[in-house]
Amino acid sequence: MNFVAELLISVFLVISGIFGFVGSYGLIKLKDSLQRLHAPTKATTLGVGGVLIASMIYFYAKTGHLSIHELLITLFLFLTAPITANFIAKAYLARNVNGEDLPDSATTYGWSVYDDPPENMPEAKDV
Amino acid sequence: MIEYALFFAAICYGVALLMDLWRIAVGPNAADRILALDTMVINVIALLVLYGVWRGTAIYFEAAMLVAMVGFVSTVAYCRFLLRGDIIE
Repeated sequence: MNFVAELLISVFLVISGIFGFVGSYGLIKLKDSLQRLHAPTKATTLGVGGVLIASMIYFYAKTGHLSIHELLITLFLFLTAPITANFIAKAYLARNVNGEDLPDSATTYGWSVYDDPPENMPEAKDV
Repeated sequence: MIEYALFFAAICYGVALLMDLWRIAVGPNAADRILALDTMVINVIALLVLYGVWRGTAIYFEAAMLVAMVGFVSTVAYCRFLLRGDIIE
């Protein structure tokens, strides 16, 4: 393995380690629960992404052919991270925030976390 | 040089796991604990890939993929349970 490949792999590993550390440090440092939702996204995107890019370069330098299936993990995490963040925020709202304190939803229905869906749900094109 | 970088990254993720564990123990509410568990899953994925690079095999990517899928489903199930009191209605 040549020097440039080793240097690139080491740089990506160090960057991803720092971002993984920062993500969890923010988890214990930030004050509010919804603020803490922000910190671990660094570990999800840059942390795991850096490790996977480093391993792609490593196996390319070792075996000579590029392997793509590392990118599957990155793609999966990129698809699921917003969904989990949305669900955690909704769980926090449902248990810790009073529904009357929120601003008006500007429709005839309330917010979905607090109110059941209406009986005669209009079609999506009518909303 | 790769060994030192691997050890550095593994130590970073190990300390990150300990900080997640602290957040799970302290709380203060359930959403924080779910978020810390989700972050632990992310850190374990990174540690598995690091271990695969250290051993020089590609077997651990499948394990990392499975951990990512199970972690996502478990986080959504936890939040669903808090939101609706039921997972599958």
